[in-house]
Amino acid sequence: MLAKQMECAMAKIIYRDKEWTVQGGRPVREILEELQLNPESVLAVRDGKLINEETIVEEEDVIKLVAVISGGGR
Amino acid sequence: MSRKKGRKSLRCKKCGQTAVIYMRHHRLALCDHHYVEWFINYTQRTIDKYKMFTRRNRILVAISGGKDSLSLWDVLIQLGYQADGLYIGLGIDEGIQYSERSLEAIHRFMAERPGLTLHVVDMKETYGETIPELALRTRRGRGKPCSVCGLSKRHIMNQVAREGGYDVLATGHNLDDEAAVLFQNTLHWQTGYLARQSPVLEATHPGLVKKVKPFCRFYEREVAAYALVRGIEYQYDECPFSEGATTILYKELLNQLEAQAPGTKFQFYTQFLNAREKGQITFHEKGGEPVLRPCRVCEQPTTAGDLCAFCRLWVTPDMDEEAARMAVPPLLATPA
Repeated sequence: MLAKQMECAMAKIIYRDKEWTVQGGRPVREILEELQLNPESVLAVRDGKLINEETIVEEEDVIKLVAVISGGGR
Repeated sequence: MSRKKGRKSLRCKKCGQTAVIYMRHHRLALCDHHYVEWFINYTQRTIDKYKMFTRRNRILVAISGGKDSLSLWDVLIQLGYQADGLYIGLGIDEGIQYSERSLEAIHRFMAERPGLTLHVVDMKETYGETIPELALRTRRGRGKPCSVCGLSKRHIMNQVAREGGYDVLATGHNLDDEAAVLFQNTLHWQTGYLARQSPVLEATHPGLVKKVKPFCRFYEREVAAYALVRGIEYQYDECPFSEGATTILYKELLNQLEAQAPGTKFQFYTQFLNAREKGQITFHEKGGEPVLRPCRVCEQPTTAGDLCAFCRLWVTPDMDEEAARMAVPPLLATPA
């Protein structure tokens, strides 16, 4: 039961083909730090809308991270 | 709970609404509406600062289907410029239909903006080989087609711009692209490249078209944010051959510096341009400026022999003049 409650309190982070379940109630920036992702290299999107890195990720939020680096010649 | 106390939410500097982005190096937070407004105005300021073009000029925009090129086209249209697109079908599939999906992204973009003109040059249809096939045949680039790809794109972009009577060729290079190249050229002391890297490459030869980079002062993150806010469904996938590219490594390294010291990338690039412009740093080509001669087939300038590097890919010694011109044909059905 406790585990189930805890699971409900978590947010989901999706980045490329990876997915993490993390503690909500804190800003995007903190979550990126925990996942060791550079905030300069990704943008966070919630419900299809861009959110800034100080936005609080709520419980049960699904946050999609968009990679901003592209490489090679153009 | 205690962590939430005292935290300042990011508000738009212009209207106080929730910000969608905070740009540390500009110390500027903006909402979606004011971000789009700022981004478009800043592009105009860059165009003016480097005297890229005016509204009397016809602009050809190199379109790959990625965030940078589609955002550039979007901004130039909104600013009222005469901007047509050029897409080069490279024939890259690699199991993810990369080229096909890039063109689909462009078609989606155009469907929402009626009246745009797109020139399409397909490598396979025009020259008989895709970029990966060409790379295999010529064995340039040690198994990676990036070398022949870059060579082909530069040639085709210039040729279409000339045939179409365009005044300027615009590409979507952003500050991260430019800073990564500058970083690479500095680490290797490529003085020739350091002498030439610029937001504007003037047409220094009758066979060359002026080239400009109106996004050269935007971080890559800012361009991606613009595309997201504007709802541009760009091609998210990277070119499958770019995996492990040194450009990506340099971008990641610069972003690590940027995270610790905001503004590092911006300073690195813009102060380089300023210092060179003021003559505080100068570079000299070994043996002076290279001598350019027109290629006998395409008439684009070359430093090597009577055939340029691109025509050498297709023209064989046994071909007469007519066969050579067929091998590197005109690209626009109705040249201006």
